[in-house]
Amino acid sequence: MAEPATKNPVEEQKVVDEGIDVGISRLTEDKIEKVINQVLKGETGARLKTYVSTCIHCGLCSEACHYYMSNDKDPKWSPVGKIKQTIWEMIRKKGRVSPEFIRRAVEIAHTECNQCRRCMQFCPFGIDIAYLIGMVRRICHKLGVTPRYIQDTVHSHSVTMNQMWVKGDEWPDTLQWQEEEARGEFPKLRIPLEKEGADIMYSVIAPEPKFQAQLIYQAAAIMEVAGVNWTMPADKGWDNSDMAMFTGDNEIMGRIKRTHFETASRLRVKRIVMGECGHAFRSVYDTGNRWLGWSQPPIPIVHAIDFYYELLKGNRIPIKEKFKEPVTLHDPCNVVRGGGLGEKLRYVAHALCETVIEMYPNREYNYCCCAGGGVINCGPPYKLKRVKGNRVKAEQLMDARTRGAKVIIAPCHNCHSGLKDIKDYYDLHMDIKFFGDIIYKIMEKPE
Amino acid sequence: MNDIYQFVSGPLAWVAFILFIGGSLYRVIAMIAEVKKKEPFIFTYMSLKYSLRSILHWITPFATYNWRRKPVLTVVTFAFHICLFVSPIFLLAHVTLWDESWNIRWWTLPDGSADIMTLIVMASCVFFLVRRLTQREVQFVTFVSDYIILGIVAAPFITGFLAYHQWFGYPILMILHVLAGEVMLVAIPFTRLSHMLFSPFTRAYMGSEFGVIRKSKDY
Ligand code: HEM
Ligand code: SF4
Ligand code: SF4
Ligand code: SF4
Repeated sequence: MAEPATKNPVEEQKVVDEGIDVGISRLTEDKIEKVINQVLKGETGARLKTYVSTCIHCGLCSEACHYYMSNDKDPKWSPVGKIKQTIWEMIRKKGRVSPEFIRRAVEIAHTECNQCRRCMQFCPFGIDIAYLIGMVRRICHKLGVTPRYIQDTVHSHSVTMNQMWVKGDEWPDTLQWQEEEARGEFPKLRIPLEKEGADIMYSVIAPEPKFQAQLIYQAAAIMEVAGVNWTMPADKGWDNSDMAMFTGDNEIMGRIKRTHFETASRLRVKRIVMGECGHAFRSVYDTGNRWLGWSQPPIPIVHAIDFYYELLKGNRIPIKEKFKEPVTLHDPCNVVRGGGLGEKLRYVAHALCETVIEMYPNREYNYCCCAGGGVINCGPPYKLKRVKGNRVKAEQLMDARTRGAKVIIAPCHNCHSGLKDIKDYYDLHMDIKFFGDIIYKIMEKPE
Repeated sequence: MNDIYQFVSGPLAWVAFILFIGGSLYRVIAMIAEVKKKEPFIFTYMSLKYSLRSILHWITPFATYNWRRKPVLTVVTFAFHICLFVSPIFLLAHVTLWDESWNIRWWTLPDGSADIMTLIVMASCVFFLVRRLTQREVQFVTFVSDYIILGIVAAPFITGFLAYHQWFGYPILMILHVLAGEVMLVAIPFTRLSHMLFSPFTRAYMGSEFGVIRKSKDY
């Protein structure tokens, strides 16, 4: 297998990140000690203790991690290596660690782990490294030390209940604008706002109205062609994304998710269908709902993959002609390892595309894209580390490309952006698409 | 010499077994009680089916993705753990002791097989040691305590092997062997050897999370 080319191998520079630098400058060892113990004693229990005392230090989780594999198997990137450099040390020193230690801990927790949970499938004891790293983030959050870019998105969540500072009227304006555009092509198309009792509430992540409004257009077109009885909320609660989950700001996570679920229940819909996003699925389906005390989501959550599966299986989307270019599939961790949608993803891919070329490993064993878990949201200062930290993904993609794949299907926003950076950095020359892009392209449209 | 032997194999053995059994019960009960108190939601997700699915996969050689990826380690660790349990429990000399003191007996291993099993345990310990010393990812997370733990596990087998073959200093070796065995028993609940106690629970929880919520595999 050919090695992907690497561009300008610059040395890693010292990162300037105000969110961290300023936060660290305000810390003292006393304060750190107090916060760490408060979190460890007050917010964790037998789970953390058992994970820490059961780990036999065997290193078997190492090769699960794309960071470890991509950084020449340097052990400081291994899952257990990252735990050693953070939580073990905090426990060993009973919380009394230095501000510089916290600087390194925040870097590890936020920019060197995607919480992709692949290592949990490798550990013979099923030790939940992602949870442990999440606790480190929680501690850093309580210390006021979080990378600036992602912290900004959390501020936005807190103020606007969406991730991208989309203001009150911008949201319905964007929907109306997309509706008008789409009516050029589908004269009867509506984006029904606030339709009580609709079958489905469709929710998206805030970057869609902000930068990728065409995705809303496409979704509306698919709903129209498939004849779905759907709606979108006109006010807060439309955004299903959640960066607070990744900064350990559980309180804000709870607020966002409650707003989302309450909006759906206000609209009396039967189900929430969400766009092609992995982390949002994790938040709505696995993490946020549980923080709120619902063992399962209070309203059924259907990820776009599952929804397209349903539509295609029921022949509700007439296809003109299958997508010609050979595609390969990226399994987003949060919906495949975290939601079991691997087979449905393949059904949809085969229903839409002529040639599907698998990457290896795949399905629940797939390597993460290295963007998830809030890592890409920590912004440009960490981009180089992120793309270099996923050389294995580039190799996987390269391998699929040598076997003919031209297009990568990545049904997750973060994966999408992360893979784009990887393909640019390693000169892979492949296109990346959502399922929505492909369905929109190949479905039958009115003349 | 005989007095010392009587002491280590008498009162001290009692102490060791009490600490081992009592300590193990304490650790497990304390863990469950803490879950009840602080994280009771965990019980909501526990599923017998997925717990067993996970545990059975992980205690079967090559039944998990990672066991298949690491064939040598898999063979060694399974051989090690099986011999570790089987040889002391079914060793004729040990069963005889139980028989003499409590009048209970069970099936025993032929001495030759027990000898081979002991050799397997010792060789595996050497393998783990070499791994710790040479593999960077293991070395990085190794503490002095890891060597001590390995030593604690190897010691009863080394001393037992030497005592059985009676190459030298039988009485003293016998005393050391009994002591080493007692140290190992006591170490199980109070060191990372407690993975024996906790692994069924961590596996069951992760298996349940993956089965019930994530609908995918944790193996
Ligand atoms: C049901 C019980 C047990 C299970 C499921 C279990 C499982 C494991 C696993 C998965 C490993 C890591 C893989 C490896 O490095 O080989 C391991 C390592 C180990 N276990 Fe166990 N184990 C059990 C009982 C015990 C007991 C009773 C002892 C000793 C008293 C023990 C001693 C060790 C040692 C010494 C290692 C190697 C650590 C190293 O790499 O240095 N195990 N065990
Ligand atoms: S990035 Fe994924 S595999 Fe690596 S440590 Fe984090 S959760 Fe584990
Ligand atoms: S595989 Fe599990 S037990 Fe082994 S070092 Fe990693 S976390 Fe610890
Ligand atoms: S961004 Fe995609 S691949 Fe990465 S963690 Fe999320 S779902 Fe996984």
